[in-house]
Amino acid sequence: MEGIVGYGAYIPRNRIKVEEIAKVWGADAPSYKKGLMLEEKSVPSPDQDTITMSVEASKNALKRANIDPVKIGAVYVGSESHPYAVKPSGTVLAEALGATPECHTADFEFACKAGTEGMFVALNLVKAGAVEFGLGVGADTSQGAPGDALEYSAAAGAAAFIFGRENLVARALETYAFMTDTPDFRRRENKYYPQHGGRFTGDPAYFKHVTGAARGILEKAGAEPQDLDYVIFHQPNGKFPLRVGKLLGFSKEQILPGWLVNKLGNTYSGSSPLGLTSTLDIAKAGDKILLISYGSGAGSDAFIFEVTDHIDKVRDLAPRTRDMLDNNKNYLEYGEYAKFRHKIRKAD
Amino acid sequence: MSTPSRYWREIPQRYRKEANRCAPCDLIYFPPRLICPECGNRALEKTVLAEKGSLMTYTIIRVPPSQFKDQAPYAVGIVEMDDGVKLTGQVVDCEFDKMHTGMRLQMEFRKMYDVGHSGIICYGYKFVPEY
Ligand SMILES: [Zn+2]
Repeated sequence: MEGIVGYGAYIPRNRIKVEEIAKVWGADAPSYKKGLMLEEKSVPSPDQDTITMSVEASKNALKRANIDPVKIGAVYVGSESHPYAVKPSGTVLAEALGATPECHTADFEFACKAGTEGMFVALNLVKAGAVEFGLGVGADTSQGAPGDALEYSAAAGAAAFIFGRENLVARALETYAFMTDTPDFRRRENKYYPQHGGRFTGDPAYFKHVTGAARGILEKAGAEPQDLDYVIFHQPNGKFPLRVGKLLGFSKEQILPGWLVNKLGNTYSGSSPLGLTSTLDIAKAGDKILLISYGSGAGSDAFIFEVTDHIDKVRDLAPRTRDMLDNNKNYLEYGEYAKFRHKIRKAD
Repeated sequence: MSTPSRYWREIPQRYRKEANRCAPCDLIYFPPRLICPECGNRALEKTVLAEKGSLMTYTIIRVPPSQFKDQAPYAVGIVEMDDGVKLTGQVVDCEFDKMHTGMRLQMEFRKMYDVGHSGIICYGYKFVPEY
């Protein structure tokens, strides 16, 4: 059987509160906090990007997997904020881990779904017997245009999963993908900030694909919502995952352990994968976890994992996701935040 | 300024902290050496540096070399790693008034600097407060 042999997270220490952003743009903070269920979000330091966070998350996954990194035969990084337009992120990651040179590497892009795409392919290469271990990472340092609604949620973080066949912390019971061509959100070449379709991003986009993937994988697995112990949905804001969960018949107790968005923001490709690392941190042997990502454009990947008793041996070999979210925080003012995110144009 | 080829040659040290060790002398060399200068041993074994250490001393750089100008002011410290190796590096994610000698630090992978807007991005390790 195939599944996860190691998992790791990375969340930067900087935070900015919704009030601090709203103050600058004369927006109504309480309406964002209530409407989107957002309180604060993570912000990368100026010397952090998708590559550096992928390395830290993957090193944490490697500590839990306790394998020789040179046996990792596939390294996939999913992000919509790869630092280079052409040079891959995965080469730096594979080199930093010591997985080179016998290693297949590719960068994935599919809005917020890129992380689970890397996981999907890495897992299935292991399943096919093509590689002994495969690494899939979701990481982003996402940007919203100043003053845009996205600025309140666009955050930074990374989650990494090493797939293999032995010493599993979670077995992969089922996978499923649901995808249509839906132009709800996009960023054209050379445009700094993305465009989104306002209300169009809701029903025909997020809800249609997330429910499509959830119903599809449950049917494939012959399962009902109550057969799962935990469920993680992509978290563009606080409200969407709770609403889609209710729509599908999941309880808040199933959702909340992996619901990080109110304090973390939307980490795009890292969003649902970080929900999974946080859920694995507290899950027990036998627990079943449903993971459903969403990426604009648009589609969802779905996975059902079953946790093994091996998890108790490896859980504390690397930092837990909630600890990284709740401890060592450094709150920024808007000016520092704008400088950190390179939103200020300087003389050359 | 680092050229892409020099940066590339240093990747095992910059990305993976690869060092080597003379077993008879119980000494670690970083960057790695071919021969132990203490005993002349040529059979040095490969090792990687410890990830954590303690701050021995530090200074704040306010007038930096050109490739670090966007980062100034920043802290540079000498850190005694838990394996005894002493390393110089930037200390980040820590306010200057909270820094003190003896504080526990760990390495984190960071961007060192960009070579302009169109050149390579140089990565490596910096120190951050221990989690
Ligand atoms: Zn010697």
